[in-house]
Amino acid sequence: MGPLVPFIISNEFNLIIALISGIGFGFVLEQAGFSSTRKLVGLFYGYDFTVLKVFFTAGVTAMIGVLFLDRLGLLDLSLIYINPTFLWSAMIGGAIMGLGFIIGGFCPGTGICAASIGKVDGMAFVVGSALGVLAFAEGYPLFEKIYLAEAWGPVLINEKLGMSKIVFAFLLTAIAVITFYFTRKVENRVNGNQTKSPATRLFKYSFAVGFAFLVLIITAILPDKQSRLEARINNDLARADFAQVEVPADKLAVEIINNYYRINIIDVRAPEAFKAYHLPLAINIPSDKMNDRQWQTILDQEHKTNYIYADDQRTARIGYLKACNLGKADNYILMGSSSAFKSTFTDILPPGPGADKQEVNVYNFRQKAAADMMRLVDALKNSSAPVIVKKSKIKGGC
Amino acid sequence: MKKQSYMNPYLAGFLLGMVLLGTIYVTGRGLGASGAVKSVVLSSVMKVAPEHSENTAYIKTYGEEHPNGPLHDWLVFEVTGILIGAFLSGVISNRVGIKLEHGPRITNRTRIIAAVIGGALFGLGSQLGRGCTSGAALSGMAVMSFGGIITMIAIFGSGYAFAYFFRKLWLK
Repeated sequence: MGPLVPFIISNEFNLIIALISGIGFGFVLEQAGFSSTRKLVGLFYGYDFTVLKVFFTAGVTAMIGVLFLDRLGLLDLSLIYINPTFLWSAMIGGAIMGLGFIIGGFCPGTGICAASIGKVDGMAFVVGSALGVLAFAEGYPLFEKIYLAEAWGPVLINEKLGMSKIVFAFLLTAIAVITFYFTRKVENRVNGNQTKSPATRLFKYSFAVGFAFLVLIITAILPDKQSRLEARINNDLARADFAQVEVPADKLAVEIINNYYRINIIDVRAPEAFKAYHLPLAINIPSDKMNDRQWQTILDQEHKTNYIYADDQRTARIGYLKACNLGKADNYILMGSSSAFKSTFTDILPPGPGADKQEVNVYNFRQKAAADMMRLVDALKNSSAPVIVKKSKIKGGC
Repeated sequence: MKKQSYMNPYLAGFLLGMVLLGTIYVTGRGLGASGAVKSVVLSSVMKVAPEHSENTAYIKTYGEEHPNGPLHDWLVFEVTGILIGAFLSGVISNRVGIKLEHGPRITNRTRIIAAVIGGALFGLGSQLGRGCTSGAALSGMAVMSFGGIITMIAIFGSGYAFAYFFRKLWLK
C-alpha cells in the first residue's frame, strides 16, 4: 500500500526515486515545449495555450489517479503531504510569481529545463531565482507577518466548498474540458486559423475525456477497502467454523510459558479495557485500528502465531477474521474472555480432600503456570512493552 | 537535422500527470522545483558565511531543519533529474544548443535583464507562497490542497493582470 516511503522503500533510496521522478518530469516538460518562453507566455496573450493544456491535464490526471488508488486501497491518503494553507502568503506570493512569470518568461521548473538544453535566458532566470530566494531569506523579518498569517493547516478545497472529493473531481474535470474547448477557439481567432481539427483527433480527444469520466464513475461507485473488508468479515462471521482455531486458556498459558518468543497475544479490546487488565505479554490492537499500517508487520509475521482475545466471543472472532484478512500469520482465538483467563490463573482453588488425580494435576499445573507467567512478564518487562511506532511525517512542497 | 515539433499538449499533460501520480504513490509527496534552489542557495550561504547564517533567523532555522545539507535533499535530487530529463528530451528532439530567444522588439541584453528580474521575483514569491508552479500549484491541485489551488489562481491571475504592461517584451 502506498506511499511506499518509508515503509517499503527506505529514505535513502527515496533520493534515487527523486532522481527518476525528476528525469520523467524534465523530459515531459521539455517535450511539451516548456523550454521555450514563446510557448510559455503565449498563454497570457492568447496565441498559445499549451501551458494551460499541459498543466490542467496533468493536474486532473494525477488528481483522478490519487482518488482511484485511494478507493482501491492502494494509497493511504492520510499519509500524503498536503500543502498547508497560509491564505495571505499564498495569494501575495502567487501574485509576485505571476509578475515574475510575465517578466521572466519562465517558472523555476521550466527555467531549469530551458537552461539544461542551453537556453541562456533560462540560465539567467535560474540565477535570478537564486537571488530571489536569497532576498527572501535575508529580508525574512519583513515578510514574516504575511508569511505566517492566516495559517489554516492542510485544508482541502473540497472541504472549503462543502462537497465530497469525488464531486469536486467531476467538477474540475468538466471545467478542464470546457476550458480546453474555449481556449482552442481563442487560439484560432488570435492566430487567424480557420482550419478545423481532423475528425480522428476529435475522436481521440472524446475518447480521452470519456476515459477520464469513466475512471471517476468507477471510483464513485466502487466500495472502499474498509467497507469491502467489513462486508467480507460479516459474511465469514456467519459461516466460518471457529472450532478449529479456538484454544482454551490452559493451552494458551502453555504457549506463553514455552513459546513466548514465537507468539503474539493480541488484545482487540478498547485501550481502557487493556489498561485495566490484560493477559501476560499481550499487546493492544483495538479492533477498529487493525487496518493501521503500523500493525501490518505483526499481522504479517510468518514465523509467529497470533492469539487473539477479547471479552466477548463476537469481538474476538471479528478480530480474528480481520487478522486473517489483513495478514499472513497463523491466527487463533482464546476461548472465553480475558476475565475468565484472569480468574483461571489468579484465584486458583486448592482441590478438596476427595479430589481425583486429574483435579490435583490441573491445580498444580495452573499454580506453576501462574508463577511462570509472572516471572516471564517480570523478565520481559522492557522488551514486551508495546512498540510505539512514530507516525512518519512526509515532507513536501517546494 | 530538422528540429522536431513538440508533443501534443494533452498527451504531455497526461504523461506529466502520471509522473506526478507515480511520485505521490511511491513517496507520498509531489514534485517541486523552487525548493531545490532554496536548498542550494541557503546551504551555500551557510558554507560561505557561517557567522552571518547564525545571525539570520530564517537561514538558521533552515539549517537546523536540514542538518544533512543539500546532498540529502529530495528536491535537489529531483531537480538534478529534471536537468537530465530535459537534456535527454532536447537531444532526442534535436533542440540542444546555446540559444537566446526573445521578442522581436527587445535586445538580447534586455531579455537577459528581464529573465534575471523575473527569476528573482519568482524566487521571492515562491518562498513567500511556499512553493512554485510545480510544488504548490500542480502538486497542490493533485491532492486538492486549498492553499495550492489559491496559489495557482494567484499566479495565473497576476500573469494575466500584468501581461498588458509587459507586452513589449514578447509581442511584435
